[in-house]
Amino acid sequence: MAPEAPAKTRAPAARAAAPRGAARLVRWDVIVTALLIVVFAGGALGTSDFATGDNLSFALGDLSEIALIALPMTLLVVAAEVDLSVASVLGLCSALFGALWNAGWAIETIIPLLILIGALGGLVNGLLVTRLGLPSLAVTIGTMTLYRGLAYVVLGTKAVAQFPQNYADMAVKTVPGTPIPYPFALFVVLAIATAIVLHATGLGRALFAIGAQEEAAFFAGIRVKRIKLLLFVVSGVVAAFAGAVYTLRYGSARADNGIGLELAVIAAVLLGGVDFDGGRGTLGGVVAGVLLIGLLRNLLMLRDVATEIQSIVTGLLLIVSVLTPRIVARVREARRHHRGSLPAPS
Amino acid sequence: MKKPPLAAVALAAVLAVGASACGGTTKSSEAKDNGAAATSGGKANPNAPIKKNLKLAFLPKQVNNPYETIVDNAGIAGAKEFGGQAKEVGPSDASASSQISYLNTLIQQRQDAILIAANDPNAVCGPLKQAMSRKIAVVAYDSDAAKECRDVFINQASSEEIGRSEVKVMSDLIGGKGKIAILSATANATNQNTWIGFMKDELKKPEYAGIKLVKVAYGDDDDQKSFQQTQGLLQAYPDLKGIIAPTTVGIAAAARYVSGSKYKGTVEVSGLGTPDQMRKFVKDGTVSKFELWNPGDLGYLASYAAAALASGQITGAQGETFKAGRLGERTIGKDGEVILGPPTVFDKSNIDNFHF
Repeated sequence: MAPEAPAKTRAPAARAAAPRGAARLVRWDVIVTALLIVVFAGGALGTSDFATGDNLSFALGDLSEIALIALPMTLLVVAAEVDLSVASVLGLCSALFGALWNAGWAIETIIPLLILIGALGGLVNGLLVTRLGLPSLAVTIGTMTLYRGLAYVVLGTKAVAQFPQNYADMAVKTVPGTPIPYPFALFVVLAIATAIVLHATGLGRALFAIGAQEEAAFFAGIRVKRIKLLLFVVSGVVAAFAGAVYTLRYGSARADNGIGLELAVIAAVLLGGVDFDGGRGTLGGVVAGVLLIGLLRNLLMLRDVATEIQSIVTGLLLIVSVLTPRIVARVREARRHHRGSLPAPS
Repeated sequence: MKKPPLAAVALAAVLAVGASACGGTTKSSEAKDNGAAATSGGKANPNAPIKKNLKLAFLPKQVNNPYETIVDNAGIAGAKEFGGQAKEVGPSDASASSQISYLNTLIQQRQDAILIAANDPNAVCGPLKQAMSRKIAVVAYDSDAAKECRDVFINQASSEEIGRSEVKVMSDLIGGKGKIAILSATANATNQNTWIGFMKDELKKPEYAGIKLVKVAYGDDDDQKSFQQTQGLLQAYPDLKGIIAPTTVGIAAAARYVSGSKYKGTVEVSGLGTPDQMRKFVKDGTVSKFELWNPGDLGYLASYAAAALASGQITGAQGETFKAGRLGERTIGKDGEVILGPPTVFDKSNIDNFHF
């Protein structure tokens, strides 16, 4: 995919030291993609119910909300920010969806309204981070609790069901002739758009620059605050839309919908090789990360692996994904020093 | 860099909302066509033999919950009796949607029956209907799914039986004579109020003429408050003979107060409790008898119902009967419900056989 962190200052010697081809191979997003292929091939060969159209459409459908929210989350993490309130925005929008639907509102009115609420939620996050200069981790832990609380105010512990079949179908049915459910198809389209923004536009380069060195980016004329504010708003909008998808897909609007989903999203983004400190990562890696988490979980479930073991496998994978690039970087660094200390060949 | 016209975007969105507000899909415009549920098909043949090697899967609200583990393990043991293979799978959290991916997996694995304690009656509906359309028998137990999304529901207890039997147990304990009080959960707890309604009705019968219900106290399912309420009851009515606490929190708190007071041995405490929390009080003589449905039997009955469905003996219609091993013949009631039966009474003689 596109080059990593163009704004990252790196000694030219380091680049020269490692052969370019090899450097590409040890990049984490490439490793994740390879792992994904291994898991898929292993599943297809070893488990007869895995590579069926039915099962894949279930597995992809299950990933819909995580995948959608992972896109703006990637942009945020690349810019060295994070939004932990996404699952609560999803829950709040699900609760609102149920309450308004019960009150007799039209679904065509409810969904745009939810998106507006999501934008508002994102705006609050963004303003607190950019205008007051608060760390996004702290701000969004706060709004995570706040928005979830509002969700319970809206719907309490009730559940609203019986949504119209044609809309429920849109959330569940697959694109004709493929095992891809509509929400996941939307993810594919949005992923391509996000990849273009991140890797082929000025805005994308600005994100990497902000993530690598915010102050330098600011002095280079990048409108850091405005861009971050925009990212939070987009994150809120996507989370709100995911709330609508979630509600229709499960056919049940509840205030506790999607609890803990934010961690699954961040796990997928990190597994995809995006550096939590910002400035580094590729969207292709995140897409592979999302798919790897989803398909691995599905495969383990099909093989009746206990829930605890499933969490252990995902957890270990995540630690390895954060650790490996750092170890590789250390090794490279050490090699460079080693070479540097050798007497120059005459 | 150009300013993103945030205000303009917001305005456009508001306009879009306004424009779409007139007309559209609302709750009232939706015809109720949910009645067309998938059924696992065919007519019932009560004489059909139980199929061999049936694959049953228990999907509890969450795994590693001690209560659900007892239910499921008893069900798995039950399945062995008729030559079936049962397993328990499930999520580690009891959220509404966490069971869905497990359901999908079980459908893929072509289980013969899925037994589910639904976390949300509607969220599980889609996949359950899909399972039924693929001739997978669906049995809800412990916590029901929406009616049209399962074949039968194994109900652990009928409210009437619980209410009436608690009066009967108390009457036996105090010899049919004296003042009693009820220590309930909250004043508006649905379950408790239904049970108390049946208790009051049962007390009207002539055989209980010597018993007088003096007060219903509310401990709000809070240990401390239930403890204080017990104390208050005994101060207000020093000649009280018994306390019925139809809540596991209440009965434990009442027993704890009585066991450490001068009333031990003169005041009977009974109601609904779990053997693990009541063992101590049964052994030290504070509590002679209490009740709860037997979770093992619940899983066992669910297992047999699943086998009967998967073998075509029943379809889930009212009035059909099936044999449930050591529990004998069972009849399907209204709305596809099978009631487990009267609650189990625990006392000194059997309490050590139960651990939950």
